[in-house]
Amino acid sequence: MLQYVAKRLVLMIPLLLGITLVSFVVIHLAPGKPTDMATMMNPKASLEAKERLEKLYGLDKPLHVQYWNWLKRLAVLDFGRSFSPDREEVLTKIGRRLPITILLNVLSMFLIFVVSIPIGVYSATHQDSLFDRATTVFVFVGFATPTFWLALLLMILFGVNLGWLPISGLKSMDYDQMSLLGQAWDRTAHLIMPVLLSAFGGLAGMSRYMRANMLEVVRQDYITTARAKGLSERAVIYKHALRNALMPVITILGLSVPSLIGGSVIFESIFAIPGMGQLFYASVMSRDYPMVMGGLVIGAVLTLGGNLLADVGYAWADPRVREGRS
Amino acid sequence: MRPLLFALLALVLIPGPFPPALAAGDDGPAYGDAIIVGSIGDASTLIPALSADTASSSINGLVYNGLVKLDKNLRLVGDLAEGWDISEDGLTITFHLRQGVTWHDGQPLTARDVMFTYRLMIDPATPTAYGEDFKQVKKAEVVDDHTFRVTYPRPFAPALISWGFPVMPAHLLEGKDITTSELARRPVGTGPYIFKEWQTGQQIVLESNPGYFEGRPYITRHVTRVIPDMATMFLELKSGGIDSMGLTPLQYLRQTDTPEFGKQFRKYKYLAFSYTYLGFNLMDPKFKDQRVRQAMAYAINKDEIIEGVLLGLGQPANGPFKPGHWAYNEKVTSHVFDPDRARKLLAEAGWKPRATEEEGCFFSACDRRKEDVTLYKEGQPFEFTIITNQGNKQREMCALIIQQRLKDIGIRIKVQTIEWAAFLKEFIDKRNFEACILGWTIPLDPDLFDVWHSSKTRPGELNFISYKNEEVDRLIDESRYTFDQAKRKAALDRIQEIFKEDVPYVFLYVPDALPVVASRFKGIEPAPAGIDYNFIKWYAPESLQKYHLTP
Repeated sequence: MLQYVAKRLVLMIPLLLGITLVSFVVIHLAPGKPTDMATMMNPKASLEAKERLEKLYGLDKPLHVQYWNWLKRLAVLDFGRSFSPDREEVLTKIGRRLPITILLNVLSMFLIFVVSIPIGVYSATHQDSLFDRATTVFVFVGFATPTFWLALLLMILFGVNLGWLPISGLKSMDYDQMSLLGQAWDRTAHLIMPVLLSAFGGLAGMSRYMRANMLEVVRQDYITTARAKGLSERAVIYKHALRNALMPVITILGLSVPSLIGGSVIFESIFAIPGMGQLFYASVMSRDYPMVMGGLVIGAVLTLGGNLLADVGYAWADPRVREGRS
Repeated sequence: MRPLLFALLALVLIPGPFPPALAAGDDGPAYGDAIIVGSIGDASTLIPALSADTASSSINGLVYNGLVKLDKNLRLVGDLAEGWDISEDGLTITFHLRQGVTWHDGQPLTARDVMFTYRLMIDPATPTAYGEDFKQVKKAEVVDDHTFRVTYPRPFAPALISWGFPVMPAHLLEGKDITTSELARRPVGTGPYIFKEWQTGQQIVLESNPGYFEGRPYITRHVTRVIPDMATMFLELKSGGIDSMGLTPLQYLRQTDTPEFGKQFRKYKYLAFSYTYLGFNLMDPKFKDQRVRQAMAYAINKDEIIEGVLLGLGQPANGPFKPGHWAYNEKVTSHVFDPDRARKLLAEAGWKPRATEEEGCFFSACDRRKEDVTLYKEGQPFEFTIITNQGNKQREMCALIIQQRLKDIGIRIKVQTIEWAAFLKEFIDKRNFEACILGWTIPLDPDLFDVWHSSKTRPGELNFISYKNEEVDRLIDESRYTFDQAKRKAALDRIQEIFKEDVPYVFLYVPDALPVVASRFKGIEPAPAGIDYNFIKWYAPESLQKYHLTP
């Protein structure tokens, strides 16, 4: 097992290098330079100022030299400084936005699992019932509804008309003057709409997936055996079928690891949440190369790591995989 | 009528004891309360030399001061400088600094800080976009603690206003790498507000400076909340989450006309410091003929564009200056919408419908040609592409309206929108365009050098339409290298006349700025400079204060 993990880890290195090379080339191929944003269309910026900026950022060197320099720094985990005017460390900038992004994603993923697994199981066990059809319609409506539109409707209802929930941001203006309990509620209240909405769109996929798995599992021989043994329907479904139907969830969890740090630009803009999506989008638009590369490398590492975790987790949970049986 | 109505509403609205002598719920200026301003973007850095975005500059404007500033009528007045002398020959400016001004950390401000700022701005290691005006200086000297003198090789009109640039603290920045200074996130200035806290992507909090040299600002706290989405920001405004934002024309006219909104907010309207234009690539043979450009100016209906794009909230632009500014030439008017005249001018320039251009056609072909109003010259149809940057709805709408109008006189237009970075790099910079719709900020000092002088046509420079007019060049120099306001005005007036005749751009419109502020804030007096110029005099009367701050 250890040997397997070690082998996978070693194989990840060339893959990661390949990803960075392709990303580096692609982002530099996009027209425009980071220096353009500060100097173009600015009457007070001369050509000389622009050239000076380019030199300062090392953009006057050939691309392969730039890549090599970047790679050398990466080897010691130095992601460099952002090209944006604040010139902050890439890691500092990411670190500042990571907690809220992860919190939101974890909460919404949790909500998706909590809601969609029961829906999926119930739909499968009551296939083609009214509930099955109704939830199917419901989750697909959720899947198809544009988040920003629904978000605005809910904001008008809960924020403006009813005044129950805050509209955007992470905490209220008078947060510092609240009691501890008040602060906790304030934080929670600000998270309710974003979490609900980001989970809403994800229900469809997960509940459909769960339903399909469950239908697949209940057709297996061991379920027939369990029924033949005279087990109650409850035990058959929840003890024997559900546990097996949940297996692929491990894969989904593994694949979700990189999305934990990703955020949706539209979603974050609507709710004024300072998350990763906005940061990454802004850095792509302003051609902030170190920032973009930093984000891509972290994303790539997490994707590869997530895949590995999923495979290992599978082996751990399923003796058939572990012992190479089918 | 309006104040009375307002008073009645206020009486109905505000319960509790109410000083009877005072009108409209206004019990006089009082310290306290907080104003929460919505902003689309977060600041980037709070070191003025390094920032180039509006979000950063509006914070820096409250934290720092320059030597000079513009008053409500856009006239130059002293800020950190009490006054200044210009030598007889116009080469030397001596600034006299105010006594007793201190930085927010208590250190006194001296002429050495000004010297440091100057050196910083011309230092090749400073990645600033604003060094040019300072590079014109031949000699800068600290005469004494409160006197600073600069000498220019020739009289340089934009010099004075260039000293409105924020003065930065020498004792905190000298000898340090400015790009990694912690002041970028924790600025120390001399201004009316002291920096308190910055939560990235969320808010920037400033507190009033009790020792400010123009007096302590009434509003104790200034919070800038970052809300990237305009629709959300508007909902936040309606629910009371923010107190002030800039409205879109649609919001201004259609979504804020309820009595409910009128009670809570006051809307303001003044001409913004920008204009939108249609620019021609003058290297393109199609646009070389002045008559062709004039024809387009006559064929485009500016009023219709303002109505369609801004819902009427703007004014036609007649030149590169803002109506009401001293440099604006009142005598130069817009081209009156006149498609027939446009057709005539185009015909003079050789652009004619095909049927009349070449004689002899068979019946069906003739009919087809009669329907085809497109103009031809030497067998080539008159068609070109207007490009504009993606994400600017107003510019896109302008392009579409212009497309229709020019189609009417026989010019076929394609409209293309392109992502900003690619737009600049691949099209504007490389002169790879026929016509473009863009906008300029109207600078506070009416210097036309960078956009209009023929020496500014290198790739990457701003005269990207390649406008070359010897007389304009000469007049720009004339307006630039003198401090004589009358002389400047005469030269600039003449340039505006030439622009009307020569039509290097079709100047389209100057939009209105449409800020809205919660009605509890009093003392706001709209002026040519807008509403922000007297921010430190805004106040919320005690009885109307919303946030009661415990220090």
